[in-house]
Amino acid sequence: MDKLSQAQSELREMDALAAEDSPVHRLHPLCKLLVTIFYIATVVSFPKYDLTGLVVMVLYPVLLFQAAGISVGLCFYRLRVVLPLVCAVGLANPFLDRTALLQLGNITVSGGVVSMVTLMLKGVFSLMASFLLIATTPIDSLCAALRKLHIPSILTTLLLLTYRYIGLMLKEVSVMSQAYALRAPGQKGIHISAWGSFLGQLLLRSMDRAQELYGSMRLRGFNGAFEYARVPRCRLSGVLFTIGCGAAFFCARYVNIAGLLGSLIVR
Amino acid sequence: MHMADALLAPAVAATMYAASAVTVGASVKTLRKDEATAKLPTMSVTSALVFAGQMINYTIPGTGSSGHLCGGMMLSALLGPQAGFLSMVVILTIQCLFFADGGLLALGANCWNMAFYGCFVGYYLLWRPIMRSKLFGKLGTKAAGRIKIVLASILGCVITLQLGAFSVVLETSLSGITELPFGAFVGIMQPIHLAIGLIEGLITSAVLVFVYEARPELLMDVSCDNGVSGRCSLRTTLVVLAAAVVVVGGGLSLLASSNPDGLEWSLFGNTEAGYSQNMGLDEESYGVSSGAAEAAESIQEKTAFLPDYAFANSDSAAGTTVSGLVGSAVVAGAAVLICAAGGFFRKKKAAAKA
Repeated sequence: MDKLSQAQSELREMDALAAEDSPVHRLHPLCKLLVTIFYIATVVSFPKYDLTGLVVMVLYPVLLFQAAGISVGLCFYRLRVVLPLVCAVGLANPFLDRTALLQLGNITVSGGVVSMVTLMLKGVFSLMASFLLIATTPIDSLCAALRKLHIPSILTTLLLLTYRYIGLMLKEVSVMSQAYALRAPGQKGIHISAWGSFLGQLLLRSMDRAQELYGSMRLRGFNGAFEYARVPRCRLSGVLFTIGCGAAFFCARYVNIAGLLGSLIVR
Repeated sequence: MHMADALLAPAVAATMYAASAVTVGASVKTLRKDEATAKLPTMSVTSALVFAGQMINYTIPGTGSSGHLCGGMMLSALLGPQAGFLSMVVILTIQCLFFADGGLLALGANCWNMAFYGCFVGYYLLWRPIMRSKLFGKLGTKAAGRIKIVLASILGCVITLQLGAFSVVLETSLSGITELPFGAFVGIMQPIHLAIGLIEGLITSAVLVFVYEARPELLMDVSCDNGVSGRCSLRTTLVVLAAAVVVVGGGLSLLASSNPDGLEWSLFGNTEAGYSQNMGLDEESYGVSSGAAEAAESIQEKTAFLPDYAFANSDSAAGTTVSGLVGSAVVAGAAVLICAAGGFFRKKKAAAKA
C-alpha cells in the first residue's frame, strides 16, 4: 500500500474508532483534551534518570484503552512508523553519558542507558496518550472543545474544513499518482519534467473548486463559523475524571510509587 | 523536522506554545480585516492539497532518492503570510493528531519551527522583496518573474529550513534532553537541512512557476512586477541575510568552541543538579517522611519477601534503585494484566454480539 492510500485508510480507521461508544468516548472532549495535555506535560517533566518514577505513568493509557475497548496492540500497530523515530532520539546517550548509575551484581548500568530508556518511554507514553485522545474523540467534538477554550473560530473552522478536504485531496493525488505510475513504469517518483505541472494542475483546479465551494456555502448561510448542532455538556463524570487524573498525575510525579511498591518486596 | 514530545521540557514547550499562540492571534486579527470568511474555503482546500502534495515523491535526477514539497513557502506565496501560517498550523495539528507526526505538547514548537519561519520570514524577508524588486528586468517581465520565483523559492526554503533546524537544536538543548553537545547537534542538523532545503526549494519553485505561467494572479505580489517598486531591493535583502548569517554563524562558533553545553549550562546550571531542580523540583525529596510512611514501613517489614537484600551501590543513584526497578516490573506486569483482561472482555463482548 502506498503512502497516500495508507493515509486515507488511517483517517478512515480513526474516524471509525472515534465513532464508537464507551465510557471514555462519552467523556466531555474538553476534559479529555486537558487531561491529555496534563498527562504529556507530566510525563516529559520527569528527570532524565527517574525511570522508575516514570514507569507508573503507563497505567493511564493502558487503563483508558481498556475502558474504551481499544487494544493497546492497535495503538502500537498504528504508530509503528513513528515509534522507531521517537525511540531513536536517545540512542546517542549511552555513548555520551557513561557515568555509572547503578550496580546490578556485576553489571554496571550507565546514566546514558537509563536516560535513553527514560526518553524512549516518554516518547511512547506521549504518543499513546495522543492516540487515545483522537481515537475516542471525533474531530468536530474536539473542535467544539477548542472553541470552549476560546480558540478563534477561524482556526477551528479551518481545521474542520481542511480535515474534510484532506480525504478528497488524498484520493485525487492518489488517482493521479497511479495514472502517472502506469504511464511511467519502473519510475520511482515524479520526473523532473513534470515537477511543476503534476501538482500545479491540481492546485489550479482546487483553487477554482474553493471559489465554487465558498459560493455554495454562502448560499446556505455560512457566515465564517460552523454552528455545532450537538455540543455535549460537561457532566460530573467529566469533572471527576479531570480532577482525579490531575491528582493522580501530580501524585505520580512527586511520589515514586514504583519505588514504594518495590520496597514492599525488596529491602 | 517534526519534534516529538519527549524532546521538549514542559517550560520550553509552553514558551513555544505561547509564541505560536501570539502569532496565531496576530494572524487572525489581520485576517479579520482582510475578509477571512472569503478566504476560508481557499485556505482549507489549499492546506489539504499541500498536505496531500507533501506525500508525493519527486525523483531527484542522478540520485536514487526523492524530495518533497515545502509547505510554508508555497502557502505564503499563494495565500499570504497570515493565512499561510494558519493553514500550516492546521496541517501540523492534523499531522500531530491523526498521524502522530510531532507531539501534542510539541505542537507549539513545531508550528514555530516549520510554519512561522516558512510563512513570515520566508514571505517578508524573501518572497516579497524579491518579487517586488526590479531584478532581471532586462530579460522581460515573464522571464524575470520566473527567475525571481525560482530564486525566492530556493532561498526561502533553504533559509527557513535552516532557521527551523537551528530552532529544533536550540529547543532540545534548552530542554536538557539530549546528551549530544550543542555544537555537534548543530553540526549534524544544519548540513542535512541545507540539502533538504535546496531540493524542497526546487520542487516548490517548479509548482509556483507553473502557477505563474497559467494563472499569475493567484500568486502574492506578482502583480506588483509592472512598474511598482518594492520597498526592499534584492541587494538590501542579500546584505541583511549575509549579516544575519555572519551574526548567527559567528555566535554559534563562539558558543560551540568555548562551551559546548553553554545554553544548557546557563539555563539549567550543572548536569548534576538536573533540570528538574532548576524547574523548582527537588530530585532528592521523593521519599515520604510522615506517620503514614512509618506505618507503611512496618507493613513493609512483614510483606518484604526478600528482606535485607540489595545489590551493591544500588541505592546511590537518584530515582533508580533496585526497589524502584522491582516496583517498575510490578507496574509493567499490572499493565500487561490489564491489557490481557481488556482483551478477554473485548473477545467476550464480540462473541456475545455474534
